Amino acid sequence: MNEASAVAGETADVAVVGAGPAGLAAAVQLRRAGAGRVVVLDREAEPGGIPRHAKHQGFGIRDLHRVMSGPRYAARIAEAAIDAGAELRTEAQVTGWAGGALEVTAPRGRSRLDARAVVLATGCRERPRPARLVPGSRPQGVMTTSMLQQLVYLRGESPGRRAVVVGAEHVSFSALLTLSHGGARAAAMTTEHPRHQTLAAFRAGAAMRFRTPLHTRTAVSAIRGRRRVEAVELTDLDTGVRREVECDLVVFTADWIPDHELAVLAGIELDPLTRGPAVDPGLRTSRAGVFAAGNVLHGAETADVAALDGRHVAAAVVGHLEGGEWPAARVPVHCERPLGWIAPNAITGGDHAPPRGRFLLRSTERLARPRVEVVQAGRRLWAGRLRGLGPGHSARLPHDWAAGVDAGGGPVTIRLPFVR
Amino acid sequence: MSARSHSEGSYDVAIVGAGDVGSAIARELARFELRVALIEAGADVGAGTSKANTAILHTGFDAKPGSLEARLVARGHDLLLAYADEVGVPLERTGALLVAWDAEQHGRFAAIRENAERCGYGRVREVGAGELYEREPRLGPGAVGALEVPDEHIVCPFTPPLAFATQAVLAGVDLRRSEPVVALERRDDRGWLVETPRGTLTARWIVNAAGLRSDEVHRMAGNEGFTVTPRRGELIVFDKLSRPLVNHVLLPVPTETTKGVLVAPTVFGNVMLGPTAADVESKDDTSSTAEGLAYLRRLGDRLVPDLAAHEITAVYVGLRAATEHSDYQIGADGGDRYAWAGGIRSTGLTSSMAIAEHLRDELDRAGLKLEEADESLPAIRMPNIGEAAPRPYARPDLVAADPEYGRVVCFCERVTRGEIRDAAASAIPPTDLDGLRRRTRALMGRCQGFFCGAHVPALLAELSGRDVAEIMERPG
Repeated sequence: MNEASAVAGETADVAVVGAGPAGLAAAVQLRRAGAGRVVVLDREAEPGGIPRHAKHQGFGIRDLHRVMSGPRYAARIAEAAIDAGAELRTEAQVTGWAGGALEVTAPRGRSRLDARAVVLATGCRERPRPARLVPGSRPQGVMTTSMLQQLVYLRGESPGRRAVVVGAEHVSFSALLTLSHGGARAAAMTTEHPRHQTLAAFRAGAAMRFRTPLHTRTAVSAIRGRRRVEAVELTDLDTGVRREVECDLVVFTADWIPDHELAVLAGIELDPLTRGPAVDPGLRTSRAGVFAAGNVLHGAETADVAALDGRHVAAAVVGHLEGGEWPAARVPVHCERPLGWIAPNAITGGDHAPPRGRFLLRSTERLARPRVEVVQAGRRLWAGRLRGLGPGHSARLPHDWAAGVDAGGGPVTIRLPFVR
Repeated sequence: MSARSHSEGSYDVAIVGAGDVGSAIARELARFELRVALIEAGADVGAGTSKANTAILHTGFDAKPGSLEARLVARGHDLLLAYADEVGVPLERTGALLVAWDAEQHGRFAAIRENAERCGYGRVREVGAGELYEREPRLGPGAVGALEVPDEHIVCPFTPPLAFATQAVLAGVDLRRSEPVVALERRDDRGWLVETPRGTLTARWIVNAAGLRSDEVHRMAGNEGFTVTPRRGELIVFDKLSRPLVNHVLLPVPTETTKGVLVAPTVFGNVMLGPTAADVESKDDTSSTAEGLAYLRRLGDRLVPDLAAHEITAVYVGLRAATEHSDYQIGADGGDRYAWAGGIRSTGLTSSMAIAEHLRDELDRAGLKLEEADESLPAIRMPNIGEAAPRPYARPDLVAADPEYGRVVCFCERVTRGEIRDAAASAIPPTDLDGLRRRTRALMGRCQGFFCGAHVPALLAELSGRDVAEIMERPG
């Protein structure tokens, strides 16, 4: 039997891959803008993305202007997409491309979806232990925050008794909360940075509520245990002093990597710093008809920020459906250390206003109110002072300079000005 | 399963160790009218030294001419190649390129070719730098040439012992897992008493295929002659997105002491880098080390510089069962009714079926009565967990016939609920998550459980009627 002939094919105006905050918000906005048939595909059994199992409060602030828990938010945004007339398909995994069409595996069959536009909204994930090259044995009880949350909130399982949390960003503090809900104690929290990367209030609250010591400038240098974790070895990065902390659970948090597989398989250019697809302010990738929105573009922003990305991408998608020309020239935007990444990270002849009217900028170390300049071929396009930023939280960079970029002028660089 | 029940505990042959070698021997002996027990200390078939190897189907071109290893690797290569086709062991005919990075290494090519020919392998061919870079465009700069070994391929490291053992079990062999042999006692006429923590069984013959512990079993049976010094090998597995970077098995020019570090695609669609080689004390210590991993990264940067931009999916550590002898230690003693296959090092996956044939003949000569069974070995087809042929998720026919093959539960590796169900219902079901990984690839992918790490264990528990806490080894 010819395999291709057995594959059912269908068409849509827009295929959105990923039913998390970005994908669902994109679907709602696309339907409202008259984009036609919008199909949202998600490989999970339930729509909503990460918020499904992030049970803490604080979702919906910027996009829905109210505060709710992750699961409530997930249900709400899925409902909104259905109400708007988008077709939502769960247990439907996009496994690759057949030319411009998406190959989909679902219980109802293996099929192809040929859409006039594709929005990649596949999100990001935390780097697991092997990707961080943490040596030692390979026992059970080593996980990411996401797996911890799913164990505790979706399965009602006890994750373990005594945990070490690696990382000190927002999500790491959410892991502390999840541990306490799961009946586990956090024996220690570690970060290689000189301080935590979350809001001072989270840190102070956690210190009071969970009494978990935060070890800064500390690396997990080994994991020990045979079938189950028994201890981790911590190394003080300044003194080299090592010590063991007994635990039966290690939670690797943050250190995000975009889930960029479909972008790579489509030959879409990745930004070397974000590791997500490089996009212009309209969220167009390097491949005509393919857009990307939300945390597939960069390390995690909060769900509401991802949703606003989704809302934003609809305009460029509709422009494309209406026959708008795909911008050919793309000027890459990079940043220099200690700046970490910028997104969007390409300037085209298209629109210049990024989502929420700002570029997002991160740094590899904490910078308090740094002065930053935007330069192209030695020409300064913009200079100014930003609010504080770090590896775990972004600063906003205004976008008015983007209109002044010379399409043939070479890459744009964001950097800290040289100080004499 | 088998009509011959465990409780009898009385066998013609007890094979100690269900790795590649022990399982292959069990399969071979299952052809005859023999009551055979396959006794494994670990929780699963192929869960010891067999599970972490470089997954290369060797030709034996670099073996020691005239050695038993050279002969058995060459024979085993052909046997496993045919068997892979027969039962569906994932295998890709990549061929290997042995790369020289300087004139000194290049100067050793003649000797390597001569060695290969003395081992009976005549297809080694020299390849100039131009052709080398044409065939491996992502190879780091500075290579001066290569030797092509066209029959050195990549193979699934997990399926072979499972296939051997499955056929053996279906033919009536008793597989007894989680039963470490703690003592052997020779009782003159009746053979051997084999003591495990679960009780005592009797066997007329003992076959020692205990891998890392083959020396200990050898001593239990009253013999001296070899000592296993575990040699640790650390391996790095890169993200699947790196697969287009490497087309062949890329071998280094071997030195006196080691075969060195290779880069190779895997049948699962990853790229593998390793192994390191360090003699270690403990037969249980499969810890990776900061030094070993840093060494591999540095080497990887030189061999295929573009690998550095890719994520690392997994780190594995294997212990090879090296002895003080350069050759395999295989023999049979008719007086004691005892046979052994020890010191089977990294080539064991390739040679396993030939070792089984060889040991069968040794047993025959030593007096084990081999009477062919009425029925030939049952035909089997192993689940395809390799990338060379379409996996269930990509097969419209399978998904249409059974929607469970359309229900992807491990997203990174595209493992479906149907495959996990099948594994749980198979002749040798997994007893833990590692066993499930080796049978289906579930949880082996880039997210390492971020998406499905809570779901898959629950699914295994549900499908195998067990408790999740036990599956996740959670302290009670």
